[in-house]
Amino acid sequence: MRLAAPLAAAFIVLAGSAQGADASRGEQLYSRCAACHALAADRVGPRHCGLLGRRAGSVPGFFYTDEMKSSKLVWDEKTLDRFLAKPMAVVPGTSMTYDGVPTAQDRADLIAYLRKAGSAPECQRP
Amino acid sequence: MSFLTLATPAAARRLFLGQSGLMLSGAAIALLAGDDALAAKTQGGTATDIRILNTALGAELEAIAAYQLGAESKLLQKPMLDLAVTFQGHHKEHADVLASTVRKLGGKPVVAKAKYDFPVGQLTSQADVLQFAAKLEQGAVSAYLGAVPLFGNRDLAKAAASILGDEAMHWAVLRQALGEVPVPSAFMA
Ligand code: HEC
Repeated sequence: MRLAAPLAAAFIVLAGSAQGADASRGEQLYSRCAACHALAADRVGPRHCGLLGRRAGSVPGFFYTDEMKSSKLVWDEKTLDRFLAKPMAVVPGTSMTYDGVPTAQDRADLIAYLRKAGSAPECQRP
Repeated sequence: MSFLTLATPAAARRLFLGQSGLMLSGAAIALLAGDDALAAKTQGGTATDIRILNTALGAELEAIAAYQLGAESKLLQKPMLDLAVTFQGHHKEHADVLASTVRKLGGKPVVAKAKYDFPVGQLTSQADVLQFAAKLEQGAVSAYLGAVPLFGNRDLAKAAASILGDEAMHWAVLRQALGEVPVPSAFMA
């Protein structure tokens, strides 16, 4: 039986690493995060402006779990790729109770967007 | 009321009708297990389940505040205003049932923030408000989808899926109101 392509995409966790990363596709994918995150505002989750290069759990005034604060992660392509694949496995006890982004390409595109968004006008305001 | 408290369908129905005058919700119907059954089912994963419910509750409380902002903005005309108030009512029901379930499991439900940081400056028309609400609803569907497989208690996963269905309907109706294709794809992610 032939499995329809979208079905396969939805249900098969793709292994392996991503090809080139596409920030504009990442911006579309970021809608998955929109219940909890924004670039410039702390919501259920912390703001994402300035994410790349910052220590996990370090936005002043945001109420992180102790587990996130003591995770000793610094957010870069590698750590984000690991965390976004399985947040609760990488930081057990995190309040980001989200199963994750299973596809490597999707994660790469999301991370490319998050990096690019760091220099967006929204993130330049004081 | 909580997902987990009601002993019999009849009791659940009386309570629910008494409280809201509405039909008994699917989630409540689905979760009529007695307390003992609940305790047995949630051994081990309870702390995680509480954490998942509280994160969802935080997002629901924010959605309630967002619809409040929309309703008070004077940017929404009827029938959109009524729609927003109805959807806000659903989010209040979600929040109530999530909070009482957290309590039932022995946790402490999160409470609404004193102030939410909404992009008020970007909301200058009815379409802006509807677009803002649609984004939140779409995100909520993804968030519940990402929560469903994490629950230790499968009844809670079912309840989360029930809320997911409601929020997906909100999203579709808001897209329709905006003149967008209401259901853009066969799968959500
Ligand atoms: C259901 C709500 C929710 C969803 C959906 C969600 N997050 Fe989170 N996120 C959180 C919360 C809450 C935290 C804080 C976690 C903690 O303190 O343990 C967080 C933390 C993070 C962090 C660490 C930030 C820091 O300052 O250390 C990153 C990175 C992140 N989220 C990215 C994402 C991305 C990308 C998505 C979408 C694919 C996403 N999140 C979806 C709630 C969510």
